[in-house]
Amino acid sequence: MNGGQAALELRGVWKEFVKGDRRVEAVQGIDLDIPPHSFTAILGPSGCGKSTLLNMVAGFDAPTRGEVRANGAPVSSPSPKRAVVFQEPALFPWYSVYENVVFGPKTQGRSAQTYRPLAERIIEQVGLKGFASHYPAELSGGMKQRVGIARVLAMQPELLLMDEPFGSLDAQTRTLMQELLLAVWERHQQTVLFITHDIEEALLLADTVYVMTARPGRIKKRIAVELARPRTIEATTSPVFNALKREVLALIREESVRADAETALE
Amino acid sequence: MARVLRAPWALVLPAALLVLWHLTVEYRWVAEGIIPSPAQVLRSWEVWIFGVTKGGLSPYSGTWLDNVLYSSKRVLQGFGLAALVAIPLGLMIGWNRLTGRLVDPTIQLLRPVPITAWLPFAIAVFGIYDASALFLIGLGAFYPIVVNTTHGVRDTNLLLLRAARMMGAGDGTVLAKVVFPSALPSIFTGMRLGIGVAWTAVIVAEMIAVKSGLGYVLWDAYYVGRMDICVATMVSVGALGFVSDRVIVYASRILLRWRTLEAGA
Repeated sequence: MNGGQAALELRGVWKEFVKGDRRVEAVQGIDLDIPPHSFTAILGPSGCGKSTLLNMVAGFDAPTRGEVRANGAPVSSPSPKRAVVFQEPALFPWYSVYENVVFGPKTQGRSAQTYRPLAERIIEQVGLKGFASHYPAELSGGMKQRVGIARVLAMQPELLLMDEPFGSLDAQTRTLMQELLLAVWERHQQTVLFITHDIEEALLLADTVYVMTARPGRIKKRIAVELARPRTIEATTSPVFNALKREVLALIREESVRADAETALE
Repeated sequence: MARVLRAPWALVLPAALLVLWHLTVEYRWVAEGIIPSPAQVLRSWEVWIFGVTKGGLSPYSGTWLDNVLYSSKRVLQGFGLAALVAIPLGLMIGWNRLTGRLVDPTIQLLRPVPITAWLPFAIAVFGIYDASALFLIGLGAFYPIVVNTTHGVRDTNLLLLRAARMMGAGDGTVLAKVVFPSALPSIFTGMRLGIGVAWTAVIVAEMIAVKSGLGYVLWDAYYVGRMDICVATMVSVGALGFVSDRVIVYASRILLRWRTLEAGA
């Protein structure tokens, strides 16, 4: 053994869905090892099964075959150890920002003396100071997603699962949110699994990017992103970044050509 | 501008109908004595409410408030009982698949039986007592509340359920903090429909199954040819129904403040 246990392990994970009398293979034979305190991105076109993968890691869905292990323990149901930021903010509209943020720690039975200062600090870190008593309906899309991030940070999970969290935001807000996430991650250093279809986003945020193929979803390639941390949006203009981007683009082009050819043959 | 114009517009049609009513009686467009004039109704109503100071012969004199209280009490009891059963049951039907399969088909089967059709059954079982009225009112209010609660529960956003689960919420927490608030707008819709049915049921029940309340007065007045009292009763019931509906709407505005924010955003 070379020391630390993987924060997340996927062994031969397959997922099939039955649609009528047809079987659809969403993901095929996924093997992944994610070390603790690392930032991993899964990059793939829409419909490649990357959200299916995340749902299995979160415990919302069980694999048809194979196994998902978090810190050595098999995953069978959702757990506050594996916090999720969804594509939609998925906030409770009847709770204020503060009540949404403390929902996790409160539900887990932590004392108010512990979670209140933590929640206040996190709300400030994600730039929502002064909005604690606002309701989700009063916030913009970007602000809602900040609450989505704040509430998982307040849970202090072992693993942070993010399912295209900035996908529905406009370009400018998205850049701001990516920088915010980088800053927050520098501070908390949780293990992150980040799902995206945005090449730049994956390369900017992650240490390791797994490129997925479309239908059925398989891991095509693992790419190590050796950009110095702490990173800012300026990293996207460096030669290293551009070289990586070219590499990923080529992979994805190859993949979409193959997928198109296969679709044409069907 | 729009706000300034809103209030008077609402009153135009009622005023026109009132004038039409007055003219119909005044110019005898229908045979005399069939319907009373608005003024006559108002006079009889006054006597009905306040009584007459000296030697009144009207058996209705001064009994309005008592009858309003009889009917209101029945509606409140029946409606309260219905809500107390229907809300938890609706939550369980919508939340638990087994309960749903066990109970929901029976409710759907019984629901088309009109509440008026239960009347002989209610009298046979409960007799000419309050219990009969409560049974009818409760049953009538029960259906819309249970159906809407179930619907609200089933409409709960899957993503919110998943969010609660991943934050460590068990069944109880999910039910109390996610499913219930999410279903609350539907529950209020059910209660508004339910209180309407409750007022219908109380009138029917009091006409036949008990000997007090506005429904009893209505039927009694019809028998002795006091159409003025009949009309005054109709208006009274309408007003009570309107007020009870407003009370529910007001309560929902307070409890669903997060929703009015949404609409205003």
